[in-house]
Amino acid sequence: MNIIVLVKQVPGTTNVRMDPRTGVMVRDPSDTVLNPLDEHAIAEAVRIKESSPGSTVTALSMGPPSALKILREACARGVDNGLLLSHRAFGGSDTIATARVLAAAVRKLGAFDLILAGEKATDGETGQTGPMTATMLDVPVVTFVRRLTVKDYNTVNVQRLVEDGVEEIEVKLPALVTVVREINDPPLPTLRKTILAKKIDFPVWGVEDLGVKDTDIGLKGSPTRVARVFSPKFARNTTFYRTDSEAGAADAVSAVLEALRSRDLISKGE
Amino acid sequence: MKKSSSILVLAEVREGRIHPVTYEMLAWGRKLAAQLQVSLDCAVLGAEAEEINELILRGADRVVSVSPGLVPEFLATPLASLLVQTIKEIGPAVVIAPATTYGRTLMPIAAARLATGLTADCTELGLDGKDNLLLQTRPAIGGNVMATIKTPFTRPQMATVRPRSIKPLPREEGRQGEIISKQYAVAPELWPEKFLSFTRDQSSDISLEDAEIVVAGGKGMRNKENFNLLEELAGLLGAGLGATRVAVEAGWAPFSRQIGLTGKTVAPKVYLGAGVAGKIQHLAGMITSDYIIAVNDDPSAPIFKVADLGIIGDAPTIVNKLTRALKEIQPAKGRKQSDGGM
Repeated sequence: MNIIVLVKQVPGTTNVRMDPRTGVMVRDPSDTVLNPLDEHAIAEAVRIKESSPGSTVTALSMGPPSALKILREACARGVDNGLLLSHRAFGGSDTIATARVLAAAVRKLGAFDLILAGEKATDGETGQTGPMTATMLDVPVVTFVRRLTVKDYNTVNVQRLVEDGVEEIEVKLPALVTVVREINDPPLPTLRKTILAKKIDFPVWGVEDLGVKDTDIGLKGSPTRVARVFSPKFARNTTFYRTDSEAGAADAVSAVLEALRSRDLISKGE
Repeated sequence: MKKSSSILVLAEVREGRIHPVTYEMLAWGRKLAAQLQVSLDCAVLGAEAEEINELILRGADRVVSVSPGLVPEFLATPLASLLVQTIKEIGPAVVIAPATTYGRTLMPIAAARLATGLTADCTELGLDGKDNLLLQTRPAIGGNVMATIKTPFTRPQMATVRPRSIKPLPREEGRQGEIISKQYAVAPELWPEKFLSFTRDQSSDISLEDAEIVVAGGKGMRNKENFNLLEELAGLLGAGLGATRVAVEAGWAPFSRQIGLTGKTVAPKVYLGAGVAGKIQHLAGMITSDYIIAVNDDPSAPIFKVADLGIIGDAPTIVNKLTRALKEIQPAKGRKQSDGGM
C-alpha cells in the first residue's frame, strides 16, 4: 500500500504560561512539537505498512522550514519518506487554502491508497483540513476513526467514534481517514531511526513545484479572515474560604451547596 | 425554490430522529434571521424524521426535507452531496451546523466543494452592524484567546457551532411554517462507503462535555483511593467526572476523563476542581465554565485566579465533607436528567 500521513507542527504546551492580567497564553515560539494526534496517525500508518508487505509511508507537511523537525520525528517513528511544503506564499492559509496545497502535493506524488491524518491539530482545533483535502482529491473521508482494519488492497473497515457509540463503516480505497487517540498507543521513536532520520535531506516544495495559483493559497486564497482577536475575561471576583477550622470548613461546604442549589442543580433541600 | 439570502440550519438526524442539538442551532439561526429579516430554513438530509414539524415549532420558517429515506445512515459522501445540492438550490447567505461528528464531517466537505469559508466550533454567532457579515467567534490557541472570523468574499458563510452554546428556543405551539420535500437522485451502488453497524455506548456515564456539573480531580487528591471519593461525589451530583493530566498519568482516571488542551473541553454550569493546581493545560479546557469552584491547599495555586469560589484546604477532606453533606440532603441521585445527552 502507498500510504500518506498528513502531519503538522504545532506550538508545544510544556512551556506555556498565562499572562495573569489578560489571560492570554504566552508561548515560546521555538517550542514546537509534532501535533499529538499525528503520532497516532503515524503509528497506524507504520502498523499497516508492517502488515502489508511492499508498503511505503510518506509524511507530508505544510509549514515553515522549521517543520523539517517533525518530518525527522515521523521518520524516527518508522515513516519512510518525508516531504515539506514550504513557501512564503503559503503563509496565512486557512483550512481550505491549506487543503489546496496538500491536495496539489498529493496529486504530484502520484497514486496513493490511503491518507491518514490526526482528527485535528491542537493549535487550530478545526478538524477541517483532512476532510477538505479528501474532497479536493475527490476521495471519500471517514473521520474520528478509532480502529482500522485493512480488508484487502481495495477496502478498509473502520470504526468511527460518534457521540453515542461506535459506527462500523466499509470504505473503498483510495480514501482519507482521520484518527482519534483511541486508535493505538504510539510506540516511541527508536534510537536507531532517530539517528538515521537526522541525516535525511527532505525535499521541500514551493508554489512553483505544485503549480497552485496564488489566488488559491495563502491569505489571498483564504475565504475566512480573522476580524478580531480578544481575551475573554478570566478574572473573577473570588470569594475565599479558609478551612483550617471546623467552622470554616462547614461554611465552605455550605457555600458549595448554595452555588449548586441556586442553579437548580441539586434539590432545594430541607 | 427561489434563491434567497436565508439562514440555513443543517439538522442532525440520528437513527431517524432529529437530534435536540438541532434546536440549539435553530436558536442561533432565529437570532440571525430576525436581525437580517430573512427566512430561517432547516435542511433534513437523507433521513425520514418523525419530528419534522417540531423544527417549525422550534423556530424554522421552512423545512426542506431532502431525499427522505434515501440516505438513512451517516455516510459522509452521499450526505455531503445532498447538502451541496441543497445549498446550491436555496442559495443561503449563512449555513450553520452543530459542531458534532456529523456537522464537523459534512460541513468541511461541502465548504471545499463550494470553495467557501468555514469556521469550526464557534461559541458565538453575530452580525456585523456595518456589512451584515456573519461574525463567527471561537476559542483559538487552546482556548485562551477568542477569535472572530468573517467570510467576506464567498458565499455561503459557513460555521459549525458548539453544542450547548445557546439554549434551544421553547416550542411555540401552533407556529406556522412550510415543509417542502426535495428529491435529489442518489446512487447507492456508487457510494464509496457502506454502513455496516452501529453499537450504542452502553455505559451509563454522563458525557463529560454535556454534564451540567463537572467534578475534576488533580494531584492534590494524592492517591487513587482519594480520587475514588470524587467519583462518589460525581455520582451523587449526577456530575461528569474529570481529571487533570497529572491525575491521568498517575493512573487515577482514564484519558477519556482528561480535561485540558490535550483532553476535553468542558463548559458546565458549575465546575469543581479538587486538588487541581490550574496549570494552563487544564485551564484551557474549563475556563469557560459558568461558575468555578476550586479546592486547593496552596493559596497561590493559579486555579484561584479563575475561581468564583476558592476553598483553601485539603482537597480529599473537603470532598469528604461535601459528600457527607450531600448525602444528607439528597440520598439518591436527585438531579433531573438533562434532555438529549449527546
